[in-house]
Amino acid sequence: MLGVVPFGLITGISALDAGFGALQTVAMSVVIFAGASQLALIELVGDGAPVAVVVVTAAVVNLRYLMYSASIAPYFRDFSPPWKWLSAYALTDQSYAVAVTEFRGDEPGIGRRRWYYLGAALALWAVWVVSTAVGVVVGGSVPPGLSLEFAVPLTFLALLVPSLKDRLSGLVGVVAGGVAIPAAALPLDLGLVAAALIGLTVGVLVDTFTDWPADERPGETEGEA
Amino acid sequence: MSYDATTLWGIVVAVGLVTLALRLSFILLFGRVDDVPARVERTLELVPAAVLAALVVPAIVALEPSGAVEAEPPKVIAAVVAAGVAWRTENVLATIAVGMGVLWLVGAVV
Repeated sequence: MLGVVPFGLITGISALDAGFGALQTVAMSVVIFAGASQLALIELVGDGAPVAVVVVTAAVVNLRYLMYSASIAPYFRDFSPPWKWLSAYALTDQSYAVAVTEFRGDEPGIGRRRWYYLGAALALWAVWVVSTAVGVVVGGSVPPGLSLEFAVPLTFLALLVPSLKDRLSGLVGVVAGGVAIPAAALPLDLGLVAAALIGLTVGVLVDTFTDWPADERPGETEGEA
Repeated sequence: MSYDATTLWGIVVAVGLVTLALRLSFILLFGRVDDVPARVERTLELVPAAVLAALVVPAIVALEPSGAVEAEPPKVIAAVVAAGVAWRTENVLATIAVGMGVLWLVGAVV
């Protein structure tokens, strides 16, 4: 959870640089509440990318929520609609990881599922919004020599490595990462969208036309492409 | 070029709605559709690897217009060490802390 703090600070600082207002920046962390997509959209806004590209890129970055939503849905099946909406809003990389680790195996009752999940998720929400706000206040007074912005790819790296759990996801990561290097030069800042979709397409094709088994752990999948 | 406040609000609200829809999708559908088809589930499982790799790699390695690969040694070394920490511990904070430490250390030496 503390890993969110540098992430939030950088989001606050870089949003101001890109032209967002202070209130707007904090509101963004509340409305979107998805750091990776916020940073991607802040960078594109700073570059002056077309609005459609900004929105599509953020959507592609957040496509993984479809997977989390599908995977966590069985644990929320008996929640009432308001609880479902609240639980969905609070779904993040971290709250998903916490909940799935905790709920897998045993069959916790609805009360424990609700409070354990929302407790973790809403604590994270508070840390996220507050650290964004602190980033807004601190703004430009963070010394640039600290290279604090490097904490952002490190955060993604920390999430990426466990997602490379078998040969197929390893291949997808290598292809998407490899394509992303030259794709960064694509017009309209479409590099991320192109690289992610190409990686995904290769993965689906290989999955369709080979019989690579799922969930083997070769132990040599690397974080770097 | 920078956008006016209205456009920025529009972007925030649009991305917020899309993101909420992605999060709600299967949570609301579950029980109404029988089950998530295995093919869809397999594809969805590959999304984090694709998206996160496309975010991480360009932050460490870039291509110059001439075609030469540009990679700052401190960043590359920090990323490789951090990847090792992430693989061993699966801990976000430890990954950031070690990665930043290595970046500062190597940056001070090189």
